[in-house]
Amino acid sequence: MEQIQLSGIKKSYGKEIAVQNLDLTVKSGDFLTILGPSGCGKTTTLRAIAGLEEPDDGEIRFGERVVFSRRQGVIIPPENRNVGFVFQSYALWPHMTVEQNITLALKEKKISRAEIESRLKKSLEMVQMEPYRKRYPSELSGGQQQRVAVSRLIALQSKILLMDEPLSNLDAKLRTEMRAELKRLHRELEATTVYVTHDQAEALTLSDIVVVMNEGLVMQCGTPYDIYHNPQNLFVAEFIGDPRINFFKGKIINKEGHLKMDCNEIFLPLNKELPSNSGNVIASVRPESITVSYKENKDWLKVRLKSIQPTGANTILQVQSGTHEITLLQPGFIRMEIDEPLWINFDSDSLNFFDEETGNNLNI
Amino acid sequence: MNSSYFVSEKRRPVFSNSNLSYFFYKLLNRPQLVLGTIFLVILSFLVLTPLLEIIKDSLSIQSYDIAYLPNANIGDFSFFHFERVFSGPLSKALLINPLLNSIAIGICVTLIGVSIGTIFAWLIVRTNIRYKAIFGALAVVPYMMPSWVLALAWLSLFKNDRIGGAEGMVTYFFGFQPPNWISYGFFPIVICLSLHYYAYGYLLMSGALASVDSELEDAGAICGMNRRQRMWRITVPLLLPALGSAIVLTFIRILGTFGTPALLGLPVRFYTFSTQIYASLNANNNGDAYVLALVLIITAITCIWVNNRVLGVRKSFVTLTGKGFRSREIDLGTWRWLATIGVALFLTFTVVLPLVILLWESLLIIPGDYNLSNFTLEYWFGDGTIDETYGEPGVFQSDNILNALWNSIKLGLSAALFNGIIGLMVGYAVVRGRGTLLSKWLEGISFAPYIFPSIAFGAIYIGMFSTSWGPVPALYGTFTILVLITVVKNLPFTSRTGIAAMLQIDSSIEETARVQGIGWLKRMVRIVIPLSLNGLVSGMLLTFITAMRELSLIILLISPSNMVLTGLLFNYNEQDMAQHAGAVTLLLTFIIISGSILARIISRGFGLSTLKNG
Repeated sequence: MEQIQLSGIKKSYGKEIAVQNLDLTVKSGDFLTILGPSGCGKTTTLRAIAGLEEPDDGEIRFGERVVFSRRQGVIIPPENRNVGFVFQSYALWPHMTVEQNITLALKEKKISRAEIESRLKKSLEMVQMEPYRKRYPSELSGGQQQRVAVSRLIALQSKILLMDEPLSNLDAKLRTEMRAELKRLHRELEATTVYVTHDQAEALTLSDIVVVMNEGLVMQCGTPYDIYHNPQNLFVAEFIGDPRINFFKGKIINKEGHLKMDCNEIFLPLNKELPSNSGNVIASVRPESITVSYKENKDWLKVRLKSIQPTGANTILQVQSGTHEITLLQPGFIRMEIDEPLWINFDSDSLNFFDEETGNNLNI
Repeated sequence: MNSSYFVSEKRRPVFSNSNLSYFFYKLLNRPQLVLGTIFLVILSFLVLTPLLEIIKDSLSIQSYDIAYLPNANIGDFSFFHFERVFSGPLSKALLINPLLNSIAIGICVTLIGVSIGTIFAWLIVRTNIRYKAIFGALAVVPYMMPSWVLALAWLSLFKNDRIGGAEGMVTYFFGFQPPNWISYGFFPIVICLSLHYYAYGYLLMSGALASVDSELEDAGAICGMNRRQRMWRITVPLLLPALGSAIVLTFIRILGTFGTPALLGLPVRFYTFSTQIYASLNANNNGDAYVLALVLIITAITCIWVNNRVLGVRKSFVTLTGKGFRSREIDLGTWRWLATIGVALFLTFTVVLPLVILLWESLLIIPGDYNLSNFTLEYWFGDGTIDETYGEPGVFQSDNILNALWNSIKLGLSAALFNGIIGLMVGYAVVRGRGTLLSKWLEGISFAPYIFPSIAFGAIYIGMFSTSWGPVPALYGTFTILVLITVVKNLPFTSRTGIAAMLQIDSSIEETARVQGIGWLKRMVRIVIPLSLNGLVSGMLLTFITAMRELSLIILLISPSNMVLTGLLFNYNEQDMAQHAGAVTLLLTFIIISGSILARIISRGFGLSTLKNG
């Protein structure tokens, strides 16, 4: 187990900045996911850790070992960093059998034959690919190729594992299956893992820590729970969560002795005080955090149903109040007619408030 | 506070230890950079110095010129050659006539050759003509044969009594002398070159035609276009870039071609540009020759430039081949059999007949007498003791020929080997370094030899390597210089093959090996080379064929010590030893064709066992 520490990492391609001054620490044995839209610099960061990309500035350490430092003039090439890497395309060598794919690097490391055989056997067993050792990659399905790539990683016994969107080429069902398997593997191997994805479900299910990146900057770093419930800025709030989070723009007012947020006909409850000088505020609430009543409730907000999308276990409801469109998520398969009225209520604990200008969470 | 920070940043010495080691690490981390730099330096020397060299020599007084300018010193700067070639009284003979001849031949051959090639390509790729496989294979045979095979066969058929030596078959069988314009000069040169170079057009156009998806034409049909409209509005525009390339590339090659115009033009003093350069060089008048070579190079560059300007932007869609690809055959109806017979006849005349004529020629005791009683095998197996064979032993008894044969094979194999390796390395450096200036330059410089006319390129290499050049020893008359020039001249093709092969290998395939701790050499041997083997083998095969049949490039560089088959053949022809010339040509053709069949079988074998590509 080894800790990975990045400090002051910068990388640009010509005028395009890929990573701006990134500081990141992956604790020993942690599963950290870098999540972000395409072009946010997540893959560049991962490749910099592996050594496949040279940052323009900064320092990378594995434990006490400096593997890259612009200031000290150190670049350890990827060959000598001893990390495991799974590529999006799996990068299996098409002219070699499964067995050769796994053992080529081991033979190169002058490991004894018996040891190679035992590692090969063990790594194939871990991904249930033992019967396929003589096959060529083209004779395997996408999921099986993925398993071979993972077992190649296991056999190397690296203390650091890096994965670049390893599941994105699989179909939805297989992806869920492999996700569970990767989580199990990480527990068994106890390796420090950095995982890059644009799929928030993968990030939330797999990780100990999630790092959300955008335009080369870290937007937030925290546990999946934190990221989901306490987004630190509007970007994270909007990027995480499916269906999308609801935003309300407005001002804080004092109404009938209670602090409320006036969002043009909708009033949101506040249980804490905001700094009195705060200007325009944006409130966010997750679709599943809004309480719904199908019977009239005078104290609640009356809305009308605009569209309804049952997904089986849940139902997504689009409702309208004045000019506001609000998304709701309710358990169960709901059947309703368009334009039927509903009554909704906001729980003050599930609301987050952001400064409109900076986009940052006001943390009240 | 901020300003002091900046001061300390600025004062950091630029060449501190850490910066140096950083640079060193960076270099180590990029094998393609090291490789690219090495190749760029070597190739610049081999490609650019010749160009500078001819410019320098054409602008200075040469030893030959002292006769005209007794007061000048050798090496002095002078426009003497330019004046002589462009405005002197000899200008018409030196420049204008050969240039006009070359351009006229170039235009005629390009028109005829590319038309035949395109029609062939269309018939074989897109219609339901019979015997496609056989026709397809036979159509490229002229490309594999040395270009002057047809010229030799032509001479055997139409030689008349005005030049001396034995007369041809026409005179023997029909009893009349063919007029000079049929026997020698412009007309036979155009015919022979057209029948050779159509194969080039065929290769380019069949590739382009095969990549036009029939669905594109179907889409036109759905939009209400009739058959003619679909052809002219969809298919033809899609083929235009390939057609443009075929025309320009053929034209440039014909400008530089030497064998055929030499065989059919020199006896009647009909000069083309390449034979004029050859004549000037033979007369030791290098200055004039180099001026002419420069004119040829500039013409070639202009052609390529025009082609790129007019069609270059659209080139991309030729290489785009979508998946879900479909090609439908056009039913020729009653024309089917006519077309089949026509193609069969044409191929018989261009491929089979010349070889039969040369075989026949090689079996005659006395040339010009085609009676069966005049047949002999002495020229193949004789020991050279009888008078009829000019005292020369037969092909399989002659040390000269066997030696030259061995040299030719050695040349073909070593050029193929070196070109394969260099092509792979250049491809690797160019593709892995994509986006860097180095990669761009390397790609450019490896294409540069294409614009040098072969004959001029040979002439420059004589000058360059006749004396030692720093660490490079004098190479004139050695086998090495033949290999060197062949490798450099073939570089445009092999580096293209290398680049194409490397583009097929996704960078992650190699990166995954890096991350697993596999070093560069091992990565090349275990991963990159096996995966690019298919492209590599076909590139090497092409080099082998080109090297074996090469004449114009090396004609000036060969001497008895490094004689190859093609040179020997040229000598036999000059000495009017038709039987030997025919026999040697057949031998050469046989080796080239069997070599390429062998290589294809081998590469197919590799293809099955190693390329299980997903």
